[in-house]
Amino acid sequence: MFATSVATITAAGTASKLGTMVLGLAVFAVVFVGILLFASLFKGRVGEKVQAVAFVGPTLLFISIALIYPAILTIRRAFYDGKFFDLNFGSLRSRGKFVGFENFQLLWTTPGLPEVFRNTVFWVVLVPFLATAFGLLYATLIDRARGEAAAKALIFLPMAISMVGATLIWKFVYFYNGDPGSNQTGLLNAIITKLGMDPVDFVGNAPGNTFALIAIMIWIQAGFAMTVLSAAIKAIPDEIIEAAKLDGVSGLKMFRFVTLPSIRSSVIVVLTTIAIATLKAFDIVQASSGGKLGDSVLANEFYNRSFVTQQPGLGAAIAIVIFLLVMPIIVFNVIQFRKDA
Amino acid sequence: MALNHKRKVMAAAGIAALSLTTAACGSSSTNDPAAQASADTTDYSDWCSMKSELTGKTVSIYTSIVTPEDASHKASYKAFEDCTGVKINYEGDKDFEKNLPQRAQSGNLPDVAFIPQPGLLQTMVDTGKAIPASKTVGDEVDKYFGADWRKYGSVDGTLYAAPLGANVKSFVWYSPKTFKAKGYTVPTTWDELMSLTAKIAADDPGAKPWCAGFGSGVATGWVGTDWVEDVLLRTAGPEVYDQWVNHEIKFNDPKVADALAKVGAILKDPKYTNGGFGAPSTIATTTFQDGGQPILKNKCYMHRQASFYASNWPKGTKVAEDGDVWAFYLPSVDASSKPFLGGGEFVATFRDAPEVKAFAAFLASPDWANAKAKATTNGGWVSANKGLDVKNLVSPIDQKSAEILQDPKAVFRFDGSDMMPSAVGAGTFWSQMTNWVKGQDDKTTLDNIEQSWPAN
Repeated sequence: MFATSVATITAAGTASKLGTMVLGLAVFAVVFVGILLFASLFKGRVGEKVQAVAFVGPTLLFISIALIYPAILTIRRAFYDGKFFDLNFGSLRSRGKFVGFENFQLLWTTPGLPEVFRNTVFWVVLVPFLATAFGLLYATLIDRARGEAAAKALIFLPMAISMVGATLIWKFVYFYNGDPGSNQTGLLNAIITKLGMDPVDFVGNAPGNTFALIAIMIWIQAGFAMTVLSAAIKAIPDEIIEAAKLDGVSGLKMFRFVTLPSIRSSVIVVLTTIAIATLKAFDIVQASSGGKLGDSVLANEFYNRSFVTQQPGLGAAIAIVIFLLVMPIIVFNVIQFRKDA
Repeated sequence: MALNHKRKVMAAAGIAALSLTTAACGSSSTNDPAAQASADTTDYSDWCSMKSELTGKTVSIYTSIVTPEDASHKASYKAFEDCTGVKINYEGDKDFEKNLPQRAQSGNLPDVAFIPQPGLLQTMVDTGKAIPASKTVGDEVDKYFGADWRKYGSVDGTLYAAPLGANVKSFVWYSPKTFKAKGYTVPTTWDELMSLTAKIAADDPGAKPWCAGFGSGVATGWVGTDWVEDVLLRTAGPEVYDQWVNHEIKFNDPKVADALAKVGAILKDPKYTNGGFGAPSTIATTTFQDGGQPILKNKCYMHRQASFYASNWPKGTKVAEDGDVWAFYLPSVDASSKPFLGGGEFVATFRDAPEVKAFAAFLASPDWANAKAKATTNGGWVSANKGLDVKNLVSPIDQKSAEILQDPKAVFRFDGSDMMPSAVGAGTFWSQMTNWVKGQDDKTTLDNIEQSWPAN
């Protein structure tokens, strides 16, 4: 929908949309101030309760409308067939039929989908651990080194590039020309052929292409891991470091027994954040091949089934699987927060 | 089956009106008298005289045709706008196919949409928001397009959308200069095509007879589906082709397997493909736009692609029978039959208003087809409208396409993947053809697609 609206924007349209936005913000401000004034009318014990409801109520209301209601619809959708996403749509000539767990069965029987699960496992395991490992290594190495700021900026820059942009950049890196004897314009293949080896079709063949795409995600996420972990390392009290040094700890041992335990909670946050981002990321696959070369992942397949092949029931089933996979990560995260608190 | 039975009982009871709402369930249902009766019989053919009624009104169009092709479209509406005072709002969107059904669900439909796939038209009719074509449009379609095209614009026997543009897919691009220099002649039967292929492979070790590219982003693989459709149409005939598209024969029927094997004999033979790109598996990653370019570098001799490929040649390339590139008709098994595969867009309407119906009538008329031909100054557009004067088309390949489209003896079939259920036509057929060209065997490919065909 967004793409559509962008395409339609004309000069006049922009002006009217801007007006709508300003109006919306004004209404929001009025409502906000109204709630504040209303809550301030009540004092004492009752007042506290009213204030709590006044502040939390709207948030809960909006979460219910924008998050919980659609989630329920999606879960319901997963048990129906038919071409349309919204079962409540009034005048459909063909309504979805209740099909039980058929859509979930399709997850295993549809050709290509089992590989999607395999690829997703590669992504979720490799990206968080490798990105965190690179980030941690880099943060440790440059900590208090000369030119630290510049070194940090260098690895943080990919974070500022959109995933689609990053994918296009890497497409040039991976580019493969299969015609014998021709010049390789892709960076990696140019290097490989200069070294006297045969060029490699990095993104063309499964399952290898999944790893080529995972490298892009790591390239993007390592900067995030580095920034957070570097801050955590800096937050370790100097006394602890000095005490450890007096005890004769240095190098790897310092990292293993002092630095790592001190920043444990940050490492977990980084790992889980990247894991969730990885489960949701479909841009890289979409921009490289659309997932057509045996390199699709769940998030891409959710989009593909919901909107391209018009199997919204199957799409909803995939969405639920993603949700179920994200769940344990979030639960783990919350448990860790509780421990630290 | 239960539904069909139910419908019969209802019809027997004479509750004709109810059949409208129950028609719902089946895509296989027959003519629906109630729906046909609702077709608007007002005469819209003389839209120019409707100025008093229409002036000041607006009609919104939503299409997949974006810059730069949209300019000639907008220009071609001028006659209508001047004559009626109606303002046409044009909106192009590359994600049209995905967004149109969503817009139906969110109640944000355009007045008119140019739908490039009969399958999507069926989906839009299923939303209940599409409006059957007026009698005027029906008459124009009968007069200028013929029964085949009427069928592709109809759902359950009711005409919803008149054809707009068209393209011819059964073309093989080649270089007339190179063919002449090497003494090759354009083949007229499949056997001649294969022996020419073998001859080129033997003559020129530095190049390959064929080049192809299946890459097209999310739609990667569609070029492969066109190959199979084109060959099946030739080896098994149009009747079998129709049965296959409607799933009356299985997707992995031996006749389809035979056609796929014939395609494989060209595309999967490392001696024959992929000229200019390398091994046959590179077809999967080569974009369809790049697919035929090696012809200009003498790395490849033949490239099977639709008439619209003309716009992919670099500026300055002469596209003509005596030029740098030209296209010959993909030969049939023998010269006695000339089936051809094509595609096109259809004008679906979603608002029941005189200005929308008058505009739809205008688009179905030869007046528009000729205005569009004149507005398309760079070529790359053609229509199946028989009222289109071929002389108004600027490019030779468009003229050749128009002649084929207007030939009453030519057997035309619409691109099958555009008519199959999206799960196949925009799903497994694409992806399995991609896997196939990368090395998956014929049987697995066809079995996988057959397995993915929706149950109902």
